[in-house]
Amino acid sequence: MTASPTVIHAADLMKVYGKLRAVDGINFEVREGESFGLLGPNGAGKSTTMRMIGGTLIRDGGTLEVLGLDPDKDGPLIRANLGVVPQQDYLDEELRVAENLTMYGRYFGLPYSYLRPKVAELLEFAKLTDRAKANVEELSGGMKRRLVIARGLINDPRILLLDEPTTGLDPQARHIVWDQLYRLKERGVTLIVTTHFMDEAEQLCERLIVMDNGQIKAEGRPMALIREYSTPEVLELRFGVGRNEELLPQLEGIGERHELLADRLLLYVRDGDAALSEVARRGITPLTSLVRRSSLEDVFLRLTGRSLIE
Amino acid sequence: MIEMGRSLLFPSLRSGNATGVLLRAWTAFKSTSWATVASGFMEPVLYLLAMGMGMGALVGDVVGPDGNPMSYAAYIAPALLTTSAMNGAVYESTWNVFFKLRFGKIYQVMLQTPMGPMDIALGEVGWALLRGLAYGVAFMVVAFVMGLVTSLWALLMVPVALLVALGFAGFGMGITSYLTNFRQMDVVGFVMLPMFLFSATLYPITVYPEWIQWVVKVMPLWHGVELMRGLSIGYVTWGSLGHLAYFLVMAGVGLTLMTLRLRKLFLR
Ligand SMILES: Nc1ncnc2c1ncn2[C@@H]1O[C@H](COP(=O)(O)OP(=O)(O)O)[C@@H](O)[C@H]1O
Ligand SMILES: [Mg+2]
Repeated sequence: MTASPTVIHAADLMKVYGKLRAVDGINFEVREGESFGLLGPNGAGKSTTMRMIGGTLIRDGGTLEVLGLDPDKDGPLIRANLGVVPQQDYLDEELRVAENLTMYGRYFGLPYSYLRPKVAELLEFAKLTDRAKANVEELSGGMKRRLVIARGLINDPRILLLDEPTTGLDPQARHIVWDQLYRLKERGVTLIVTTHFMDEAEQLCERLIVMDNGQIKAEGRPMALIREYSTPEVLELRFGVGRNEELLPQLEGIGERHELLADRLLLYVRDGDAALSEVARRGITPLTSLVRRSSLEDVFLRLTGRSLIE
Repeated sequence: MIEMGRSLLFPSLRSGNATGVLLRAWTAFKSTSWATVASGFMEPVLYLLAMGMGMGALVGDVVGPDGNPMSYAAYIAPALLTTSAMNGAVYESTWNVFFKLRFGKIYQVMLQTPMGPMDIALGEVGWALLRGLAYGVAFMVVAFVMGLVTSLWALLMVPVALLVALGFAGFGMGITSYLTNFRQMDVVGFVMLPMFLFSATLYPITVYPEWIQWVVKVMPLWHGVELMRGLSIGYVTWGSLGHLAYFLVMAGVGLTLMTLRLRKLFLR
């Protein structure tokens, strides 16, 4: 198997706002057809990175190559083959649902002969055909998001940038959006997804970078990262406000390490049930207990000492 | 995959597809209230009717630019035409651009496509020009019907209206790029109204003390008014060329300012 060509290459990429290093010298590479994630909490520098890729934000240092071109020099040319789903919807409220797609296509200079069938196809894809003539304000949050994703596909992009595709959506709406994105993945579209939801990253991304304070903390496949930075299982114990820390010494020796959070205690263990039995054997009775698989959340906690969502 | 050629000039700032801006503006324009659009045109027409006929009856004939008497309505008509072109261009390049930039996020969306900041700037100036021109031409028709257009030179008032609009549009956008909230936008009205009243629109500026005259002469509208008034009766002098030059420089400065502000405005 030959490796797919690299479509994005960033080296020491940097963006500075005054004293704040929003993106602080990051390096990564994305290959054609890959779904690549940027996982990190609010303010990590994900959106800033996305905007630099599209050439709508001038970088302050490092090199960046997208489809073989420099976004600072050839933004328009790169964006002709880029789909952008920004963090905010930015739908045009003065236009109707279908008009939002057609007008966006006109911004690309695409002819109506191409746009007419394309818009119909995308409305179908977004499950919005019956809303074609509705005002944008009438749509639910989930519908708006689907429309924005459809809009980003108007030019059959080679790379689709998705900035927090499901933030602010309820679980059901999220699953519909994820389903939309799986179908794109199957069609071979390169996806770049930013998110601060670890489940979203695990679901959508084959490979990801974990970002914090503008820097990359780790890189790899979700499963590999979990294996590297965490144990297979986690035992979560709650002892009530203030008591978690008190009980810590009595739990000494159970699991490989622990994290003390505001409301609970996490024990990183190989076998959760066995650990829970050991807790009981020592005569310790938590208010609640939970055994679960390790997730990217635990990876982030290990790397930064903080939760993804604060 | 889209095959798109690289623009020859400023390939990082433009795709050459400024018409997208015009199409968006036109589509939204069609659904805006006609009252808003009409008021920009009606204002000078109402002034012409009220002042030209009302005051005109009181004042009778006045001394024209060439020293010969002319009707008061004919005296103020070219000034109001200039104001009309100015209003159209200023309204588009300040209020509308401000709204699209800060609230509608229209440009943010355009910038996700191949369009670059320069496409947006050129498109918006083009649209402001169209509006200024439309107001100018519509006013010209009214003036013609009222028998206030008496010289073939007056036909030149149309391209001059376009130049006036260009000067104000480029400048207006440049200024707008510095403004971040609605309160600052009030400054625009604060400058426009006195400029309209003082710039020899309704009476000659010789009624003022000399220092006020100088202030007025520094402002753009007076130059437009003088140029147009001369053209309306075919009285063209070296002074006319001077006024023309003023607007050429203003348009140049405005467009340069705007281009310089583009990166700051859009790529931060
Ligand atoms: N235009 C700006 N001016 C100043 N600071 C900014 C600007 N945009 C983003 N930042 C700051 O840069 C950091 C990274 O922002 P962002 O890339 O939006 O983070 P994320 O998308 O990961 O939440 C944040 O601290 C944010 O406040
Ligand atoms: Mg963000």
